[in-house]
Amino acid sequence: MLELQNISWSLPERSDILRDVNLKLEDGKLTVVTGPNGGGKTSLAKAIAGLIPSVTGRILLDGEDISDYNVTQRAHAGVSFGFQQPVRFKGITVRMMLDIAAGRELNMDELCDLLGKVGLCTVDYIDRDVDGSLSGGEIKRVEIATVLARGTKLSIFDEPEAGIDIWSFNGLVDVFEKLKNGDQSLLVISHQERILNIADDIVVIADGRIREHGPKDSVLPRLLEGEIAGHCPVGRLATA
Amino acid sequence: MSELLKLKDITQDLLQTVAGFDGEFKGAFNIREDSGCAGRRSTENIEIRPHREGLPGLEIHVKPGTRGEKVFIPAIVTHGSINDLTYNDFYIGENAVVDIIAGCGVHTDDGHEAAHNGIHRFFIGKGAKVSYDEKHIGTGGSNGQKRIDPISDIYLEEGASLTMDTVQLGGVDRTDRKTKAVLKAGAKLLVQERLMTDGEEFAKTDFHVVLEGEDSAVDIVSRSVARGNSRQEYYSRIIGQARSTGHSECDAILADGAVVIAQPSLDALSPDASLIHEAAIGKIAGEQITKLRTLGLTEEEAERKIIDGFLR
Repeated sequence: MLELQNISWSLPERSDILRDVNLKLEDGKLTVVTGPNGGGKTSLAKAIAGLIPSVTGRILLDGEDISDYNVTQRAHAGVSFGFQQPVRFKGITVRMMLDIAAGRELNMDELCDLLGKVGLCTVDYIDRDVDGSLSGGEIKRVEIATVLARGTKLSIFDEPEAGIDIWSFNGLVDVFEKLKNGDQSLLVISHQERILNIADDIVVIADGRIREHGPKDSVLPRLLEGEIAGHCPVGRLATA
Repeated sequence: MSELLKLKDITQDLLQTVAGFDGEFKGAFNIREDSGCAGRRSTENIEIRPHREGLPGLEIHVKPGTRGEKVFIPAIVTHGSINDLTYNDFYIGENAVVDIIAGCGVHTDDGHEAAHNGIHRFFIGKGAKVSYDEKHIGTGGSNGQKRIDPISDIYLEEGASLTMDTVQLGGVDRTDRKTKAVLKAGAKLLVQERLMTDGEEFAKTDFHVVLEGEDSAVDIVSRSVARGNSRQEYYSRIIGQARSTGHSECDAILADGAVVIAQPSLDALSPDASLIHEAAIGKIAGEQITKLRTLGLTEEEAERKIIDGFLR
């Protein structure tokens, strides 16, 4: 289980980006974090993975306090992170990347399984470099496969649907559905209704705070009616 | 084969590193050791013989239509006070398909300079397809300068192609590499160069390619890592005289106090010449290290993976 206690983060040039966030994610559940742009979703995900400095509060993963761990230590503790904009590498192939992620050399069956889940044909891709020759959608799928290859307690995906075509997106929804039946916790940042639809729980973040957290069935209907996440956060009037 | 070849231990080790030697070469070969010949074999289709002009070095003649054969011509220097000079001329017959493996290892630990200068000329006949692999390494620590200065002159006839794969593995104090090529109609030249320098090493590479014939094409990709106080210079000039395509790409990763200079240049002398150059020099991108750290690597492990992949 992941537990966030009083997580706050601010930058000198911006007001508080995360404000005293408290959250518990249970094992085997798919939690989708949504909310308006600039509300703090990606910051929260990065704070959990150790990707932003000077975050205050405590982060516990299965009771282990990982708050003071660096990125590598958190990865070893069981946190995986799928970037919204994947990084490109000249000379590192898809196979090498997946081997690094798995921490060992994967066999063809395992590679086929991983790449199949993200809608890539293995033979066409394993020896291709993860560089500028891959399209935005292709590299995004490889990025997601690196997270799947790790199989950690907690997998975080930052807008996995961004830059992915509809066919792969359908496959992706299936992947998340299958994953959530295991004992892993999944935290997915998304605006996509279809991803929200397969969530167990939904968290709405706006203005650096958790606006709403509850089972999908209670949160989603109101979200779709626009009651929760409007253009202006609750308590702030549109003055224009 | 090894029982016939009386090779020094250093030679055996360096041959393994630069030319994949495992006790024998399968194909035609000539092993050059300290400016002498340590072994030679010609085959039915590939003849290796002394240079006709009496110069130190060889002529390698590949019969037209030869298919899938290999020729090994490694050169080794095993101690200081040697300034080896060799002229190797390759005559590749029409429509031949052949792999040339030409590594060079230079060793000195006696405080004196050891150097190898390989001057290669390639006359590649119509429709022939040649791959040329060349690995360079210097060994023996800092006690004595290691130098490798290769010159390649390449003549590609109509429809011929040459794929050059050159790697400098490290330990070479100074290298000055010059590659010149002239391409006839439909000829293709593909160069992949990988280079690592460290400490006080200096490496210079200079390409001069003339796209003379219609639909000729060249693609030069140079990837390098410069560390310590080393210095690298990359020059390329592609001259498009006809309808042709040319591309050069110089990517360098910088670390420590190293310096990299890249000067690619293009001469489009025909309105139908399509020429591109790219040069990118910089440190390892922080986001690359971060991504690999999220996969469980330490910062040092991530850097090593990125560099190993880059120079793969």
